[in-house]
Amino acid sequence: MTDNLIRRGLSRRGLLQTTAGLIGGSMLPAMPAFAEDKPAIGSYPAGVSGSTAFIGISVPRTGTYAVQGEDELKGYQLAIEHINEGHELIKKISPKTSKGVLGKELKFGVADSAAKPNEAVQAQQRFISENKAIMITGGTSSAVAVALNKLAQREHVIFVCGISGSNDTTGKDCVRYGFRQNFYGQTAAAAIGPVMVREFGKGKKAAYLTPDYTYGHTVTKSMQDFLATAGWTTTTNQVAPLGAPDYSSYLLNVANSGADVLINVNWGHDAVLSTQQAKQFGVLDKMKLVVPYQVPFIARETGGLMQGVYAATDYWWTIEDKFPLAKMFNEAFEKKYGYKPEWGAENAYVSFAHWAHMCEQAGSFSPPDVIKAYEKGETIPSLVGDVHYRPEDHQCVRPVIIVKGKQQKDMKNKEDWYDVVEIVPGEGLMQKPDAFGCHLGDYS
Amino acid sequence: MMSWPNLVSQLFNGLALGALLALISSGLTIIYGTLGVLNLAHGAMFMIGGYAGFVAYQYTESFILAVIAGSLFVMLLGVLMERVIIRHFYHRPHEDQLLVTFGLGICFVELVRLIFSSQSQLVPPPALFRGITNLGFMFYPTYRLAVVGIVAVALGALFIVLYRTRLGMIVRAGIEDSVMVDSLGINVYRVFMVVFGIGAMAAGFAGIVNAPVVSLTPGIGDDILVQTFVVVVIGGVGSFPGAILGGLIAGEIISVTSMFNPGYAYVMLFAAMTLVLVVRPHGLLGVQGRE
Repeated sequence: MTDNLIRRGLSRRGLLQTTAGLIGGSMLPAMPAFAEDKPAIGSYPAGVSGSTAFIGISVPRTGTYAVQGEDELKGYQLAIEHINEGHELIKKISPKTSKGVLGKELKFGVADSAAKPNEAVQAQQRFISENKAIMITGGTSSAVAVALNKLAQREHVIFVCGISGSNDTTGKDCVRYGFRQNFYGQTAAAAIGPVMVREFGKGKKAAYLTPDYTYGHTVTKSMQDFLATAGWTTTTNQVAPLGAPDYSSYLLNVANSGADVLINVNWGHDAVLSTQQAKQFGVLDKMKLVVPYQVPFIARETGGLMQGVYAATDYWWTIEDKFPLAKMFNEAFEKKYGYKPEWGAENAYVSFAHWAHMCEQAGSFSPPDVIKAYEKGETIPSLVGDVHYRPEDHQCVRPVIIVKGKQQKDMKNKEDWYDVVEIVPGEGLMQKPDAFGCHLGDYS
Repeated sequence: MMSWPNLVSQLFNGLALGALLALISSGLTIIYGTLGVLNLAHGAMFMIGGYAGFVAYQYTESFILAVIAGSLFVMLLGVLMERVIIRHFYHRPHEDQLLVTFGLGICFVELVRLIFSSQSQLVPPPALFRGITNLGFMFYPTYRLAVVGIVAVALGALFIVLYRTRLGMIVRAGIEDSVMVDSLGINVYRVFMVVFGIGAMAAGFAGIVNAPVVSLTPGIGDDILVQTFVVVVIGGVGSFPGAILGGLIAGEIISVTSMFNPGYAYVMLFAAMTLVLVVRPHGLLGVQGRE
């Protein structure tokens, strides 16, 4: 055949050039870094110069958010495992993924943030400096998310935040290098508010239990603002420090406030403890409980106190009847960990899968390219249907799920804690991108 | 939200909270006063008392047996800790003592986390004390009322041991001058072991009695430890009556401040401690010269 080609006028040099081109072309998808010629920024390209890419993960494994942090970590670990093996579910969310991200196997390190910003920042700084982390992730505290936002912007390393409910995370503290998948105060209030007005009526009085940091303040403010439009008033707002060992004093104020509804914004063990003590003080016999930002495992940990309680959440496993990807995720998660995933794990998995998708779309780990891929606002799959990220504030526009605690007699199995009342589409829940003062920083 | 019913409610709540703090602090202050060892594992022992009682409750469904098991287990743990580790640190600098007890506390917490995970564990109150009691001016959880009584009895028992027995006399003498007690031919080290066991048992007892009030987590002792130190400083280091007074003051400060602005409850607690340190450096009932 070679002789024929040469006879048709193809020179020997041309043949060699063509062959080299074909070989080079076949290598392109597997080794895109070879084709890249991007300026160095942050941990790029040092972090992806070998056959692996390192991810820094910080979650609370101790402290008041430890239970939720462990669940979140399981979501990250499953996502990394799926990405590295090219699992079918990951390919549904990130179709270009084969094995690893852009052909690089993902490695990761885990640090205990204890939900403290300084500990999370120190750990992630170490991952960036020593391991050349190409992406950092984790959360379960908005104070941590805000701090890591700032670190990410300073170090020019992408931060895909874990659970963070504060409006500020993609509001006044938003950054070019930070992205959030999960729902937050504003969307929680806009989703659960109408349900509360429908169920409890207009002109009601509400008492709030609020943790004293950005998450608590912004969720409470969003709830107050929304409910005020239906004539609701606030009788008392009890602001407690994170990890308060006892809520009796706060609950006495609530009990004496004459409220119709107790809106418990506390999270993690704080939510469990304050709800249990609200029962002890007879508060739950006098007023209805609402949890606007659902706490993973609270139904299990309070031993049935969530029965009849409305809550807004990112994910509840029984939506698998409507969403095939949710069913795939539930099955994979339960097979590996032995229980149904809660929304911390879901958020971790999906956030990670979206990041992988964006890297593949960009064809590069170069942070500005990956950021621009997010900012295209492309509609992409998630476990709760199609979603997209807003270019103006890097917030994912996604549905919020309203659940109501089931009575014990109605539970079909030991993890069947909630009825899904409503899946509220995300678009109508969002504030304008600049409403909370978001000004994204520079790319470099 | 200033109103008389609310003020009375909070004052009462402060009494309940203070009683518990008094009991935990008394264990810490006895150990420090006698042995000169600041036991930073005291919060962890409070936590272990809760978990030991929880395990006993799972098997027996008896709250009384849970209290006995929680108290005895921590007492034995305290004795073991003193015999194996603490006694080697009596003549070492305070920093070493702090480090070793702090390290032990971390080990205890992580061991419990390993066994039970971070998820909350519930111990229900005994059937007799479930529900809410109408006090006329307020409704209050019946079990919390019971806790005030239980703690009062426990503190009374501790008082009798310390002030009406030969052991108590030796302990109190040891607090004043352990060298003199030693030179009188009394085996101070055996007394130290007993004191460490009693102090640990007070924490363990408080841990299981408090379990139905809160839900158990491995980190439950962390905050209690900080508050307990404040109580000991306010009351006077090494003073048993000081621990009770300090506990009640701390409980009232936390509760009453919470009525006006809960965010300042701990600020006020530390402000009170600072004030006491300025005005009476040895605490309200502490004695000058005692370390």
